[in-house]
Amino acid sequence: MAATSSGRKQAASTNQILDFIVRSWAYIFLLIMILFFSLTGRGFFTLANFSNVLVTSTMVALMAIGQTYVVITAGIDLSIGWTVGLASVISARIMRDMVNAGTDIGAAMVIAVILALAASIIPGFVNGVLIARVKVPPFIATLGMFGIVRGAAFLLTDGQQVVGGLPNQLQSVLRSIGSGSLLWYIPGQGITFLNRPTDLPPEISRGVAGLLPYPVIITAVVVLIFGFILGRMKFGRHTYAIGGNQDASIRAGINIRRHLIWIYVFSAFTAGIAGVLHTFRFTAGAPNAAEAALLQSVAAVVIGGTSLFGGEGKISGAVIGALIINVLSNGLVILNINPLWQFIVVGVVIIVAVLVNQAQTALERLRTNG
Amino acid sequence: MAETILKCVGVSKFFGGLTALDQVDFEVNTGEVVALLGDNGAGKSTLIKCISGVYKPEQGKITFTGKDIVHSTPAEVRDEGIETIYQDLALAENLDVGANVFLGKERMKKVFGLFPVTDDEYMRQEATKVLDRLDIHIPSLKQKLVNLSGGQRQAVAIARALYWNAKLVIMDEPTAALGVPEQRKVLALVRSLREQGIPVILISHTMQDVMEVADRIVVMRRGKVAANMMRRDATVDLIVKHIIGASEVNE
Repeated sequence: MAATSSGRKQAASTNQILDFIVRSWAYIFLLIMILFFSLTGRGFFTLANFSNVLVTSTMVALMAIGQTYVVITAGIDLSIGWTVGLASVISARIMRDMVNAGTDIGAAMVIAVILALAASIIPGFVNGVLIARVKVPPFIATLGMFGIVRGAAFLLTDGQQVVGGLPNQLQSVLRSIGSGSLLWYIPGQGITFLNRPTDLPPEISRGVAGLLPYPVIITAVVVLIFGFILGRMKFGRHTYAIGGNQDASIRAGINIRRHLIWIYVFSAFTAGIAGVLHTFRFTAGAPNAAEAALLQSVAAVVIGGTSLFGGEGKISGAVIGALIINVLSNGLVILNINPLWQFIVVGVVIIVAVLVNQAQTALERLRTNG
Repeated sequence: MAETILKCVGVSKFFGGLTALDQVDFEVNTGEVVALLGDNGAGKSTLIKCISGVYKPEQGKITFTGKDIVHSTPAEVRDEGIETIYQDLALAENLDVGANVFLGKERMKKVFGLFPVTDDEYMRQEATKVLDRLDIHIPSLKQKLVNLSGGQRQAVAIARALYWNAKLVIMDEPTAALGVPEQRKVLALVRSLREQGIPVILISHTMQDVMEVADRIVVMRRGKVAANMMRRDATVDLIVKHIIGASEVNE
């Protein structure tokens, strides 16, 4: 009797541990990876490198935020890779041309950012209308938009890979934001605000790290806003409901057409932010800025525990997914492993992610029926 | 004593040359459970769909609490207080009980006096209250519906109808695809609805369920009402005869 009950207790606690691991495996995996690279890679465990990884992750993270909404409704948005490019190209061109025409740099930047974000919404809106009203499958609608936006972005650069030639003064203002930080850590000297000191000897300069880089702050704000909408507000609740049971949502009186259009607009909008940020970081526009990041955004969403069948998922998961992908590629580079391995490793991680999520569902079933 | 809450008079519905409903008279009184029986294609579902506003009958009148509802949309019929619970239950299984009871009509509160957020605690508590009324107790209301049993889900669907003041509940094959203990629970739910004065139309193939819970039995055959009897006057034999039309042959 006593033996059975203690055995049962033990089984229950093993179950709980298993449950915990399965539930938060992405976080655990990220921690283990950081630990591993810190022990094996020289220069990985430094403030400068962490800051660098965070900044690099913003692109995929921003795209994955909108993608999470889409995937929760059992859709997918393949067009956002080029929406990033479109926003990047438009913002760079408008800034350059306005500043060249004599407009004040600040005003030119504000106008360029607003127009680029507004333009980025257009493909999202069209996607939403096609999917919600004309009932085109998301895969097809956004694949079509993939081509259209790609063409549009390259037409705006006259076929060039980059929109360069931005006036020097504009470039330095862009850099002060795109590569700037609220706090700087200077080895041996402490912390300074806002401006990165320029007159440092190279061996110290290498260790300088932005503690709160602006791109990371901007991304964090976007994460908080969209995470709040998804997790706490009515819009988020309805997003989950649509992904869980579309018919039930219709019968409950949710306007799912309007809702889906909003979701694809969200997706395009966060991609637009990523595009504008790209222009700030590289002081140039690039139509193919996020060519590789598109599939990484889907990967980040899946690694973060969002189900491609819809109804499940979190923004925080997508952010962890984006971090995992970027820590992996950063770590592999530092270990001096051929960067092509990155594709293989990320591929394996995605498949493992899906397997773990399936195991989680099976575990939940087991626990309720057992 | 008991008053008629739903009244269908001479309802006919045609699909092309097919007569799905032929001059059907049907009524439901307050506080009774009416079982609607019949073979496949006898017209049960068509009648239900006419009542719930999905189909428009070509002839006849349907009144609910004295109001003509023939020309109402499904949403309007529901607002009048007729709740149809289909076999698929129309629940979002990835959400919890509170979220389902309040789906589309979420209760909100403000955080920082500014942002409207879903008041999950309130919705859960209200859901518990309705489930208590049905004598259904779900251990953790934070659980998603996927993790609940078939009978518990059925209860959630009924709780939702009840919470939004249903005056008549139509249940389509509620015990199909359930295990025996779960079937018991659902029948108890039907009884508990009646005790609260809410009439139920129960579509079922399971004779046992019908005999156990119904007050009145209406049998349909080939688009017509073949029999309308009180349960105390009915036997399984008699019902089956009406369903297969054997009584016509004998007479």
